[in-house]
Amino acid sequence: MYNILKQIVTTGIKTEPPPAADEALRATGERLRADILEYFGGALTIRHVDAGSCNGCELEINALNNPYYNLEGLGIKFVASPRHADMLLVTGPVSRNMEVALQRTYDATPEPKLVVALGECGCTGGIFGESYASRGRVSNVIPVDVAVPGCPPTPFAIMQGILTAISAKKT
Amino acid sequence: MTLEKFNLQFARVRGAARVFRADVNAIEWITACRQVNERGGRLVALWGSERAPGFAVHAALADADGLLVLILPVPQDRPSYPGIEGIFPVAGRMQRAAYDMLGIEAQGDDDRRPWLRHAAWPSDKFPLRDDFDRACIYEPGTDDYPFVSVAGDGVHEIPVGPVHAGTIEPGHFRFSIIGERVLRLEERLGYKHKGIEKRFAGMSLDEGARLAARVSGDSTVAYGWAYAMAAESACGAMPPPRAAWLRAVLLERERIANHLGDLGFIGNDAGLAFGLAQFSLLKEDMLRLNAELFGHRYLMDAIVPGGVARDIAQSGMERVRVEADQLTETVALLKNIYDEHPGLQDRFIACGRVTPELAARLGLVGLAGRASAQALDLREQFPVEPYDQLDVQMATHRNGDVAARVTVRFEEVFESLRLIRQILELIPLGQTRAALPATAAGAFALGIIEGWRGEVLVALETGANGAIARCHAHDPSWQNWPVIEHAVIDNIVPDFPLINKSFNLSYSGQDL
Repeated sequence: MYNILKQIVTTGIKTEPPPAADEALRATGERLRADILEYFGGALTIRHVDAGSCNGCELEINALNNPYYNLEGLGIKFVASPRHADMLLVTGPVSRNMEVALQRTYDATPEPKLVVALGECGCTGGIFGESYASRGRVSNVIPVDVAVPGCPPTPFAIMQGILTAISAKKT
Repeated sequence: MTLEKFNLQFARVRGAARVFRADVNAIEWITACRQVNERGGRLVALWGSERAPGFAVHAALADADGLLVLILPVPQDRPSYPGIEGIFPVAGRMQRAAYDMLGIEAQGDDDRRPWLRHAAWPSDKFPLRDDFDRACIYEPGTDDYPFVSVAGDGVHEIPVGPVHAGTIEPGHFRFSIIGERVLRLEERLGYKHKGIEKRFAGMSLDEGARLAARVSGDSTVAYGWAYAMAAESACGAMPPPRAAWLRAVLLERERIANHLGDLGFIGNDAGLAFGLAQFSLLKEDMLRLNAELFGHRYLMDAIVPGGVARDIAQSGMERVRVEADQLTETVALLKNIYDEHPGLQDRFIACGRVTPELAARLGLVGLAGRASAQALDLREQFPVEPYDQLDVQMATHRNGDVAARVTVRFEEVFESLRLIRQILELIPLGQTRAALPATAAGAFALGIIEGWRGEVLVALETGANGAIARCHAHDPSWQNWPVIEHAVIDNIVPDFPLINKSFNLSYSGQDL
């Protein structure tokens, strides 16, 4: 116990400041009212859906909760069921074998809901494209609010995408 | 040449890996498999390809002499070949996948259920056949996969997935349980099948490198190296020595980063959030240095056919050395905390046990294999440059439980850090990338490397124009997924996430 406490004290607080929202990432016009977004801004729950990625994006999603990015410190946390979620964070080109599961996960998420598509594949289909086995970009299957490019996008970029989705558009 | 005890003519496949190939008939196919099995060898990969007017099935077998690739023609009018799942149980799923992709059938295998094909394309269409219409898209539906059901008083089922509760890849687990005890687990994978092998066909060797690096993102270096080795073999080229040494730095960094991440998550799954916080910090520091020195946090596309994309300056080497010293110290401290933590050890010990006998029978490989006394590590057994000049110390344990897989990870982190320091001292100066000569048409080439999870194999065939005709990428997860079904028997359902994490297998790598 002493060693654990000593290591915690030695490590100190590593959390870095979060990024600002970036309007350039918005894929569609704002769908949710500003007052709803304000609620989400205080405590957002996310359900991650891997719809066919290479698992690179998952590594970066997991990194979001390391002490540097500390996503949970912003009141944003990952939940186990789409029924508990405000937002779906979707990775991968959507494989045809995952299409039905993604659609059902989307349907199971209560309104109002947001969708953030992650990575080159989520944005465009990436190197896998569209084929007998792949539906390509996420927006080919469900509506997408914000799309974050990158292969994989850095944790910083993912945070930026999530924060953009829950920020009211400044016009 | 003729390898001793085999009555077959094997030809050496040129390239860095020690690979031999032989065209065989059905009887030689079975006999060679049986002999390799009796000599303690194993099946590394099985895949099919079109060879107009028929097909061929390939088996890559690891033997004391090297990697033997058997190639058996499969006739067009009756596309079947003798199944080898009776000799190597691990062949079962690979044979089912070969049928889904090419329509070649393994005789004698009773399990005719599709593996990679769900409902995305009809059962009479085979995507890897040349006549498969790439433009044709089929309406996806749901399918009714016949899981094996367990009957009896009080037995019930828990279906899990494909969308899981955490940030992990999709797959389906069907548990048959009594109370909280697992009687049987059946996996169903293939959800991530995104047509990678078909996508390879027609790409140039350079284009293929980017795709190979994305077969399984967490093993991008291993795939990058195996692919580059195959591409270089197809062209009859070798990477410059400095490039080979830099590749080893990248591969060991990938191993360390993944092991650190796993050690954190395994601790977390057993209730020690402190472990996740600490190890994820260490991993993040490594990823940031990767981005600075090599241009990518996970080192994607850092390895290219012909060498590496970027050299490392003297100042960069110094930073890697300092990082290695710091990591050695901190990881030792954390290992001590893990070892001395009664709650953690209580969850780890005897959980998800795979005995050495079972591991050998089922062909468990990689770090999970080494935790069950399977002393297999390509870096030591068939070392390519620079491993032939480094004395890799393999980490092996006998207990085969979560605790053993944790210990192997700790030991491999220390060993990789030692190797990196050694490489930095011995690395030669010179070029880091050589232009590849024109690809030979109709070449057969192979690359294989010990990734952090286990051995990653890439087999390449080029067409008449030098472009890729067939590329098969094999993930060690093919070997290890079936073993998890056994590892969880008699454990309680709540221990499954911990057991699964202690293997940490790739879905994308096996779904292709």
